[in-house]
Amino acid sequence: MEGGRGRPRSVMAMEDIEHIPKELKLIDESGIRLDGRRFDELRPVRIEAGVLKKADGSAYIEWGNNKVLAAVYGPREAHPRHLQDPARALVQCRYNMAPFSVTDRKRPGPDRRSVEISKVISEAFASVVFVEQFPRTSVDIFIEVLQADAGTRCAGLTAASVALADAGIPMRDLVTSCASGKIGGVVALDLNKDEDNFGEADCPMAIVPRTGEIVLLQMDGHLTFEEFEKAMELSINAAKNIYEIQRDALRRRYSAAAEQAAREPPPPPPPRAEEVPPPPDLPEDLPPEVDDL
Amino acid sequence: MDGSAPARREVVIPGDLLDGHGLKPGSGTFNEGGRIYAARLGIVSERDGLVSVIPLSGRYIPRSRDVVIGKVTDLGPSHWLVDINSPYPAPLNVKETPWMVEFGDTDRYLRVGDVILAEILSVDEAMRVQLSMADRQFGRLNGGQVVGISPAKVPRLIGREGSMVSLVRDFTHVRMFVGQNGLVWMDGDPEGVRHTAHAIRLIEERAPLSGLTDLVREYLESAYGRRAGTPAERDGDGGH
Repeated sequence: MEGGRGRPRSVMAMEDIEHIPKELKLIDESGIRLDGRRFDELRPVRIEAGVLKKADGSAYIEWGNNKVLAAVYGPREAHPRHLQDPARALVQCRYNMAPFSVTDRKRPGPDRRSVEISKVISEAFASVVFVEQFPRTSVDIFIEVLQADAGTRCAGLTAASVALADAGIPMRDLVTSCASGKIGGVVALDLNKDEDNFGEADCPMAIVPRTGEIVLLQMDGHLTFEEFEKAMELSINAAKNIYEIQRDALRRRYSAAAEQAAREPPPPPPPRAEEVPPPPDLPEDLPPEVDDL
Repeated sequence: MDGSAPARREVVIPGDLLDGHGLKPGSGTFNEGGRIYAARLGIVSERDGLVSVIPLSGRYIPRSRDVVIGKVTDLGPSHWLVDINSPYPAPLNVKETPWMVEFGDTDRYLRVGDVILAEILSVDEAMRVQLSMADRQFGRLNGGQVVGISPAKVPRLIGREGSMVSLVRDFTHVRMFVGQNGLVWMDGDPEGVRHTAHAIRLIEERAPLSGLTDLVREYLESAYGRRAGTPAERDGDGGH
């Protein structure tokens, strides 16, 4: 999904792509993929919650070779004013790829692909967040892809969901995302970059694990109905594992905060007044001192 | 996904099923198909026939009767707009002040940048907020400093019936007001303000811990040489 089909820079003629799988076996006779996984195996996923100090909530995810940061701000006053909805909060997501996230430098800034991904992720979250509780505000989600290896929208969405919970945003459940596709004629889970580029199809989806509701579903390439059903089954099963990883990241963050603090000795008292200016961590929007009239 | 109810004091995650024991859903929870789920990350509490989730993070959302600290950001002929560290701007009408303000005379009383202590008079369902400063305990805060703390940690900073605030005050002798909105105003001698600010940081970092009071007392005792009632010349009674 990332890089290959969508990106003009590494465009290959269609016939090149057509005959590559003949030479390059994406999945061999014994069902082992290029990176050694079986068709139903996920790449290793690791999530850490609360990694950014200035955001209301944040998370970092490593999903195979994907590295993605997610930050959440809000609910905060929606700007520009005319976008405010008097009945509910807006959920605004910005998905962005760093120029250094792919092999040839990605031209910075929003492009058609990232605008689309931002939109579908916003909509996925808008359906789980209790938007009615915060009229006229916006909940802003920032997804920054630091390193891409196919499946970054799933990784980003999974991380953003943890960041939303970390920010204390009320929602029905976490959202969990995963993709499946078709490589060398076999339906397989969680395609990596090569499989995505040279495979036949990729189908990312996101669910609300508690209810099984689907909040995002896209497909690139072709799958028959049977293949599609198989792909969804693989994705949904994998999503259950990812859901546990998400929950674990949040539990670690909040129970660990307590335990870790208990083990550490209290920080040293601040240096004397003459050595050091007043504490720097004042809220930015309020001046530290207010003059008398 | 696990259907089991979390034990008390345990962190719950949005979507966790809460075993209500026939209790009603309170704040931070929602009801779906007759069962109660956590709507936000926090700690479960069962009180007054309600199951609720006490948040561990999040922005300040105004609630009626909260005492807050705000900064005047704009003024109109008969009101001031106050930033109360929430997603919603809060207007303060001249009628809700102790003064007799003539129409258009608002800037003689409060100017942009002034810090006030006020109460949230009302919040309607569209989250329109109104402030009040009519009560005697409220008013403009002259001088001093404002520091921020996560609104979810304000209860820890205040302590049971204000015990934490008075502990800090006993040592540092600063004037101090804690707003429910996560802003703390303080004024006093620089040394006292410095130690107060540090104590606040300490409380914010260690909020999930038990024994927070002892930790803060320990810090203040080491800072003031084991006596409540310093700074320097003022003679402490050593009565701790």
